[in-house]
Amino acid sequence: MIGFWSVPLLFALPLALGIVSLLAPPAWRARLGLAGLLPLLAASIAVFAHLVLDGPHTYALGNWNAPLGINLAVDGLAAGMVLLTAVVSSLCAIYAWVYLRDQPASSSFFWPLLWFLWAGMNGIWLAEDIFNLYVGLEVMGLAAVGLVALKATPQALAAAMRYLLAALLGSLAYLLGVALLYASYGTLSMAGLQEAATADVTTQVALALIILGLLLKTALFPLHAWLPPAHGGALTPVSALLSALVVKGSFYILLRIWMVLGTEVTPFATAQLLGILGAGAVFYGGWMAWRQHHLKQLVAYSTVAQIGYLFLFFPLVTGTGPEAARLAWDGTLMMLIAHALAKAALFLSAGNLILAVGSAHIGHLVGISRFRPMSLFSFGLAGVSLMGLPPSGGFTGKWLLLNSAILSGQWWWLIVLFLGGLLSAAYIFKVFRMAFREGPQVDHSVTPPLTLDVTALMLAASAILIGLTAHLPLAWLRIGSPFGAG
Amino acid sequence: MSGALVFAWSGVVLFSLGLFGFIVHRHLLRRLLAFNIMGSGAFLVLVGLAQDGRGIDPVPHAMVITGIVVAVASTALALVVFRRWYRASGRTDLPEDT
Repeated sequence: MIGFWSVPLLFALPLALGIVSLLAPPAWRARLGLAGLLPLLAASIAVFAHLVLDGPHTYALGNWNAPLGINLAVDGLAAGMVLLTAVVSSLCAIYAWVYLRDQPASSSFFWPLLWFLWAGMNGIWLAEDIFNLYVGLEVMGLAAVGLVALKATPQALAAAMRYLLAALLGSLAYLLGVALLYASYGTLSMAGLQEAATADVTTQVALALIILGLLLKTALFPLHAWLPPAHGGALTPVSALLSALVVKGSFYILLRIWMVLGTEVTPFATAQLLGILGAGAVFYGGWMAWRQHHLKQLVAYSTVAQIGYLFLFFPLVTGTGPEAARLAWDGTLMMLIAHALAKAALFLSAGNLILAVGSAHIGHLVGISRFRPMSLFSFGLAGVSLMGLPPSGGFTGKWLLLNSAILSGQWWWLIVLFLGGLLSAAYIFKVFRMAFREGPQVDHSVTPPLTLDVTALMLAASAILIGLTAHLPLAWLRIGSPFGAG
Repeated sequence: MSGALVFAWSGVVLFSLGLFGFIVHRHLLRRLLAFNIMGSGAFLVLVGLAQDGRGIDPVPHAMVITGIVVAVASTALALVVFRRWYRASGRTDLPEDT
């Protein structure tokens, strides 16, 4: 019961906190933010627990029913994303609280923007119709642009502007697609569209617009150019939030819409094309990450590569057998969760290393392993998951994708999984090689506050833990999924 | 062609014109104006196409009102970021090197 009534709180709380913290004096905003984390975390856990105990359900906001009211659907995937968002955002918020202590100007706007970002993301996870997905996408996107612009350097402002232009173009393409779908089916709800879907030209054009818009927002290769400056150039906790959660927002919408319309409507080649673009992202992102000299740019290009793996979902789930499709679903979600946790950890620990040596240049990390082993340990632990080594979440995800590829006879995706892992190893070890080289014998590095190291370590450890206990989260995520609760 | 379809086609034309301007222009204010023209085009398609042969439908109107709010908010944010960028760099366009 508590879980059921907590559903509207997932928006009401962050929106209220966002507005209140804008009205509050800047000095109070951080304390208000820390106080607000706890109820929001509790509401997220309550919604998830309710799902696990009582199964999927829908919720009509304010008892107004669709089409003029807003219906929310809570299934395993939605509740899982709500919980993931709560965990990653809370840890990033605690990190930001310490990290931004001596930057009052950034800190005072970080908190309101964080709350709006959170509300937008929860809006996406729970939306049951394609128009509220658009609204959620916009709330999340605008808050994210604001967060990038917090670091008021010219580079960060240019990155924010580029990000905003890409996001606006992407969402207008999506909106035009929604307009075409509504015109031909007279409904916006996912369930209604699934029933009515036919493979006519209007639907295909609409779907093409929606897919293009979302690819631009997800930064899939070759539409990725806006991502590295925005993610690599932002403040560290912002980079972590953007790479871990925000790019997943548009991917999540694509995945949902594909399950509703894509498998019926699109030609077989579209799914293969998405997979090929994903493979291109894995290779290009990995190669570019290896070539970077700026530590956070390396991590940002690693996000470009990791997004590529998620797009192997489409060829593995379209026109393949039920068992291969189910494995692809499990594997993709595991990759998504593992990447969210590992990438947040990687950005936060990279931020700690940069704080320690006072420079973002990888060459300046020489000898840091002797003095800052904990920051480096978090970096390595997160790297294990990104490389896909056992027993991490990244390994489990890749293993499931690999089985799905074998089962559906599409052996060529195995090459992508294998070479992608090698490339990740190359850029992670590039950092380690510097860190373990013999350097100065005297410790000149700054000690980052313990909280910063602990939050990064907690995220990295959970990326490993999720792989060790993979069967439980995977069973929960299947509740109410298109592949049954099996 | 019914009246509603005329609106929908005008919307398509506006959207395409806006897209053209968005891609061709480098001055950020022009690109922002182009974005707003694209948005108006999308709203016209939304209202016009849905009413073709079905009569008055309140749902697209509700969506367009929401869409206008989103477009105003996006434009305001873009203007703020643009002004800061202009003050920091003295440029009205983005560097193309990255």
